[in-house]
Amino acid sequence: MDDPRGDMERHEPPPSLWPIGFAVGVVCLLVGLIVSWVAVAIGAVILVICGALWARDVATGGSAAAGPAPDAGEGEPAPDAPAVPAHKGEAAMPEPAPGERFPRSVFLESATLGIGAVIGGIVTLPVIGFAVLPAFVKQHSHEVDLGPIDNFPEGEYQVATFLREPEQGEVSRRTAFIRNNGLLDGKPSFTCISNRCAHLGCPVQPGGPTFDKKTKKVITSSGHVSIIPSLPAAGFICPCHGGAYDQEGNRTAGPPVRGLDRYEFSIRNGHLILGNTFSVASVSGSGANAEIHKYELAGPGQHVDGPESWLYPLQPPH
Amino acid sequence: MARRKSARQQQLERVALYPLDWLEERSGLIGGVRYFLFRKVPGDTSWWHTLGSATLTAFLVQLATGVILAMYYKPSPEQAHESVQHITDDIWGGWLVRGMHRWGASVFIILMFMHMGRVFLFGAYKYPRELNWIVGVLLLATGLFEGLTGYLLPFDQTAYWATVVAININGTAPFVGPFLASLLRGGAEIGPDTLARFYSLHMLLVPGALMGLIGLHLYLIVRLGVSSPPWSDEAAGDPREPEPTPARSGLVQPRPRTIRGRPTE
Repeated sequence: MDDPRGDMERHEPPPSLWPIGFAVGVVCLLVGLIVSWVAVAIGAVILVICGALWARDVATGGSAAAGPAPDAGEGEPAPDAPAVPAHKGEAAMPEPAPGERFPRSVFLESATLGIGAVIGGIVTLPVIGFAVLPAFVKQHSHEVDLGPIDNFPEGEYQVATFLREPEQGEVSRRTAFIRNNGLLDGKPSFTCISNRCAHLGCPVQPGGPTFDKKTKKVITSSGHVSIIPSLPAAGFICPCHGGAYDQEGNRTAGPPVRGLDRYEFSIRNGHLILGNTFSVASVSGSGANAEIHKYELAGPGQHVDGPESWLYPLQPPH
Repeated sequence: MARRKSARQQQLERVALYPLDWLEERSGLIGGVRYFLFRKVPGDTSWWHTLGSATLTAFLVQLATGVILAMYYKPSPEQAHESVQHITDDIWGGWLVRGMHRWGASVFIILMFMHMGRVFLFGAYKYPRELNWIVGVLLLATGLFEGLTGYLLPFDQTAYWATVVAININGTAPFVGPFLASLLRGGAEIGPDTLARFYSLHMLLVPGALMGLIGLHLYLIVRLGVSSPPWSDEAAGDPREPEPTPARSGLVQPRPRTIRGRPTE
């Protein structure tokens, strides 16, 4: 085994009939597994005996073949070799110049490559599209029914937790901070702040007590909504990297690049309905009189105003 | 040989080696494996040179344990966390296999960095091995991406929010960021598709890329040989013929056939 590739002889196994017996043994054994243990034993015996004989045949036959082989391999081709080899004599075609190729060979090569590329493209492009494009399809607008507006006493923040897309389950659970600002020009006014931090998207928390024991569970057309009274005296604070916001969602400290996102809202049949989210650079004023600098929804960490916003000229549909 | 072997011994030997000969004659695999494993290396290679194969071993452990974990893991938001708990608490040996995969991931990343540091400090990235450094950097990035996608799979609070943060960090990249984040999430929000997408990336696409890159990495190592440490007196790797022309030319032109640096007869 020192140099397994050393001799380049063919070591074709000598003909042997024992593999047939071996196969019969295997069949007998397998049938026996279903039929009876006696057949298994008989099959095993046949298998072992024929296998051993086969192995002996192979080993001795191999040596028998290896014996005379060196004599044949040693010298030049045998004296009674057939006549002139093809490479002697006149070439049928003139020698091609170096680098010269037959047009047929060039055609076949480009045809193979071209057809391969076409087949590859036909298979690959739809697959890549299937993997990539669904991520950029515009989502249908979400509407979440938070229940009767009587559950939101004027001037108090409530932490509302709801499923944005009930068919997706818990993974679509979102939280909003809702404050009833009373009437503005005869219409109810609400502040609906998203809890998604404008730094990297962690859930911001009310900077003050939440009154879990006063939690209201409301069942609406959007499923279960829980409403927890809260007193965010210090605004909203993010647990991840310490971003802080005031009660209007303006950034006051830490790494966030803008204010907290807000939900659009509407009142329908006395129910508070949350719509889509939008981004907010900052808010001046407060409550019903707040002036919101509103932008299209941007991801956390992306500026919506100032020169840095030029870095994010395009947003994928959402 | 001091003692002649009896005919019987010779026959036994033939029988024992027959399957190997059979395999070799038909596939060349034995010679191939010998060519791959029994290479010349500089005499003063040290334990530092084992960091690469240690990294490979860590990857193989991840591969084996990951395949088994995939038999029990369920990549849907409702079942993912539950199935991980089931693997850890109920299934025989599950705590061990999951632990190996979980800690092995860190070992893999740490070893990659140590291997990279060794190559850098030994100057082993220099000519003609620059390409292997580049492949190594791609391996590092792909390995880190494997870590990112795997981190979401237990689907507990840590996994979820760490992934939210990681995706949003990608989202702050100028110009392409928002699209990159959508691509990772598979939509505008993290949802059921995100978990399945990360699972598919983590166990199919990224490991496939890693295996391809590792194959290329190893090919280049076998081709170029292991470099000797900077304090070595020996020339690096395989002896190479003196270049008749300036060093860079002639590398891709046909040259006299050589086997491992020695001209054939």
